[in-house]
Amino acid sequence: MQIIFFILAGVALVTGGLVVFQRHPLRSALWLIVNFFAVAGIYLLAHAEFIAAIQVIVYAGAIMVLFLFVIMLLNLREPEAEAKFMHLGQKVGGIILAVFTVLLLIYGVMQVVLPPGKAAPPGLGNTESIARLLFTDYLLPFEVTSVLLLVAIVGAVVLAKSKLK
Amino acid sequence: MNQLPILIIVTAVKILLVLVVFLTAIAYTVLMERKVLGFIQLRYGPNRVGPWGLLQPLADAIKLLFKEEFTPPGVNKVLFVLAPVITAATAFLPLAAIPFASQILPNTLTIYGYKVDLTAAGLNQGVIADINVGLLYVFAMGSLSVYGAVLGGWASNNKYSLLGGLRLTAQMISYELALGLSVIGVLMLSGSLSLVKIVEAQKSVWFIFYQPLGFVLFLTAAFAECARTPFDLIECENELVAGYQTEYSSMKYGVFMMGEYGHILVASALCTTLFLGGWRGPVLPPIAWFMIKTFALVFFFIWVRGTFPRFRFDQLMKLGWKVMLPLCLVNILFTGIIIQFLQR
Repeated sequence: MQIIFFILAGVALVTGGLVVFQRHPLRSALWLIVNFFAVAGIYLLAHAEFIAAIQVIVYAGAIMVLFLFVIMLLNLREPEAEAKFMHLGQKVGGIILAVFTVLLLIYGVMQVVLPPGKAAPPGLGNTESIARLLFTDYLLPFEVTSVLLLVAIVGAVVLAKSKLK
Repeated sequence: MNQLPILIIVTAVKILLVLVVFLTAIAYTVLMERKVLGFIQLRYGPNRVGPWGLLQPLADAIKLLFKEEFTPPGVNKVLFVLAPVITAATAFLPLAAIPFASQILPNTLTIYGYKVDLTAAGLNQGVIADINVGLLYVFAMGSLSVYGAVLGGWASNNKYSLLGGLRLTAQMISYELALGLSVIGVLMLSGSLSLVKIVEAQKSVWFIFYQPLGFVLFLTAAFAECARTPFDLIECENELVAGYQTEYSSMKYGVFMMGEYGHILVASALCTTLFLGGWRGPVLPPIAWFMIKTFALVFFFIWVRGTFPRFRFDQLMKLGWKVMLPLCLVNILFTGIIIQFLQR
């Protein structure tokens, strides 16, 4: 089990890096899909089958399809060569910020004290327990989120239709 | 003794058997399509190779293998090769969770005097893997199938291919919602996402009688997901040559076709499992009932292709968003009300 976890974690990290370092947005998107699969595999190892399936359906199967759709519509050719001129201030500032962020992250990770390992109760993460939590303890946030999504959809429709007239 | 190797071998044998049967079924689905379309159009269909044309799939395969393998200039080679593989793989993978029979092996096997318990991993059941989110797994694989066509269309470096791929994306996203929502009623009745449990729940009455609207919606959405007539806008020859397949030749085209017919078979098998009682039936063995029901639905797919004209793209979108989606929600609402009412 541990070997599988490390393989999946390695794939997730490497593909995550590839997403950032690709020049062409389409390739980035494709590596991101592989990354989602690795993360879904890690969910499976943690016995969260429902979350794993939703991860693949929603992220790999729907959101990334929309990403590809937009990339293909807007950016069909190879991307232009990267900008030749880069301000010195940009470079220095970027490096300083990056180093600072890494140090901050390392500090944050060092602060974490993991509680002693405890097995998750059986059935946690499966469909029934998630549904029970969603419709009891987290009912209000759940419903508010659905209204929020509806607002976003109405907003998108208004934006799209206003141009037609 | 460690049982793991034996469990793995049993699973591998099951996978192999299912794949061989599935590939044969794909080959003969193609023949069935040509024959049935022939009869619908008052023709004979293929009848030269073998008795009643039964060896035609073999001849088709050999012909495809001997065709020139042409890769047009300017294509993205990796994605160009990967695309048909994705289409075929996403058609094969859902089979792992679809139960095709009841118990097919005894509870314990005795090999060289060792007793091996087969009930532990559900290996004695007529399914490769009884996943507790089986339906979601099938949908997940189905939702990935769009990548094959989209990447194929994009990598081909051809505007018709690209347009075909883009059309399919919009179509799949629109109808995936209806497909997912149309089975919620079945899930409410069975109380489980496991396909084995869903078949068990249909012991007395098939779900098609409780969920007639759900069945119609599911089948319509499945037609759209398989991009079959009347929803085959992605490859309508008078506008897009052959859609995303335009630049494909030889066995790459063959693998695309295998994937497409595989999707039709999987959609029929899933529909059988969800609404028609799966492998349940009197007298005949379960696997025969499963085959009969699945191929009855495959026949329906072909029948519709022979008799219906193609939708326009705006009609397709209107049907998906303004008719199917609200009907799915109505179906869920009424199923919920009736279940609540009956429980009182």
